Amino acid sequence: MMQASTRRIWGLMYRHIALYRNSWPRLVELAYWPILQMCIWGFTASFLASRQGSPAALAGGALLGGVLLWEVSLRSQMGMSITFLEEIWSRNLGHVFVSPLRPMELVAALIGMSALRMLAGVIPAILLAWALYAFNLFSVGPILVLYFVNLMMMGWAVALAVVSLILRHGAGAEALAWSVLFGLTPISAVFYPVSVLPAWLQPVARAVPASHVFEGMRAALATGIIAWHEMGWAVGLNVIWLLGAAWLFAAQFHAARTRGALLSIGE
Amino acid sequence: MQAIFVTSLTKRYGETLAVDDISFEAPRGATIGLLGGNGAGKTTTIAMLLGLLVPSSGEIRMLGHDMRTDRFAALARMNFSSPYVALPHRLTVAENLRVYGHLYNVRNAERRIEELAAELDLGALLHRPAGDLSAGQKTRVALAKSLINRPDVLLLDEPTASLDPDTGDLVRSWLERYQAESGCTILLASHNMAEVERLCSDVLVLKRGRIVDRGTPGELLERYGQDNLEEVFLDIARDRATKEHAT
Repeated sequence: MMQASTRRIWGLMYRHIALYRNSWPRLVELAYWPILQMCIWGFTASFLASRQGSPAALAGGALLGGVLLWEVSLRSQMGMSITFLEEIWSRNLGHVFVSPLRPMELVAALIGMSALRMLAGVIPAILLAWALYAFNLFSVGPILVLYFVNLMMMGWAVALAVVSLILRHGAGAEALAWSVLFGLTPISAVFYPVSVLPAWLQPVARAVPASHVFEGMRAALATGIIAWHEMGWAVGLNVIWLLGAAWLFAAQFHAARTRGALLSIGE
Repeated sequence: MQAIFVTSLTKRYGETLAVDDISFEAPRGATIGLLGGNGAGKTTTIAMLLGLLVPSSGEIRMLGHDMRTDRFAALARMNFSSPYVALPHRLTVAENLRVYGHLYNVRNAERRIEELAAELDLGALLHRPAGDLSAGQKTRVALAKSLINRPDVLLLDEPTASLDPDTGDLVRSWLERYQAESGCTILLASHNMAEVERLCSDVLVLKRGRIVDRGTPGELLERYGQDNLEEVFLDIARDRATKEHAT
């Protein structure tokens, strides 16, 4: 018998799983962008490798690794934000918020759905990269799991901030669900090292958890050595980002209850 | 212990007083009607009772639980239905009810769904998407959702709005039967005076956020010298004097 809290979290997840089960276009959409990105950058990397030889092949591998792993963050962030938006679009939030579901259980359900959506989008892209370009992301070893976890955590932190802004500004802030993490791409070291950035921008990039993951990934692909210090930075920054986002969410949720925004959030 | 206990409840938005120092209580098994025109404060009051809205001041105790500090314990034993809050359209009726069975931690949820389907004549609808249903069918599904956890307190915001007279009567009959069987306390906000007259043991009349009158439907009819609550409502809305005041 599931505990009451686990069951409430599962209840909200079940609501969204049922939604996907009943809607094949939604399922297709999950994998569409990751696969499209993989095709574009995969063929670009193949082209460069065929012209430039071994160094370009190595760079191509790093590029593909960056594309695939960045999708982990993007899909995690979008998965969480869009799951929350689905509740607004279906005008169901009123029922959800008057049920015994606690705010942190709501967040847990959103995280669960985010993980499922991310895996449904990224796993086909990883398999395609292996089939089309013989690029095996798993060759970096078990550390890949920690890369995934860290990038998911960063996606969740950003998504929680987006959900907080939606609570604050209503559906008018929903465009952030698609755009906000793209805005962090230039300073996340996805396709190039932090050292490429202007000196004044490098400390900003160093404060982004993903930049440490990608620096670590490139080192692992090039030398086979795991940069544990980068992993430590990524984990530490993620904890700080998540705590900050959780505080923002709790504050905005309470403010929404005070202002009556939960009654009119879809407007 | 009262099922609903409200003291000096106030909700202020800036300069606007949406609910102004109202107090009332509802014993277990009572049906309390909230009557009032648009903007009288009915929905704001219900939202505060449900914990959706934080009061500016005052106290709410639902089933003995303080809604400021212990609202989730109360919410597990309450439920709510309103035609203005939808259930996800793409989910089937059974899936929707299953979701709320989980959220309210209902034991034997599948059996409960079967019971509700039989009682509310939803058997043929269980596997249809909620969005494909007629207004009357949606109301019955919303009612089933609001009863999934066998609530001790049921808050209904215009439960029969936009229903034809036949469906409206079926819903009212069903509510009467459920309450007689369960002893549940119902708070009903409605613009349908016949409905309030039929279902409610007590009526609170709200105007501009304040309770301007209260009593049983019979007492209100007597006080205003009218034959029906529709006329009482108009007397209050248009500031016409009560029979007592006029004489």
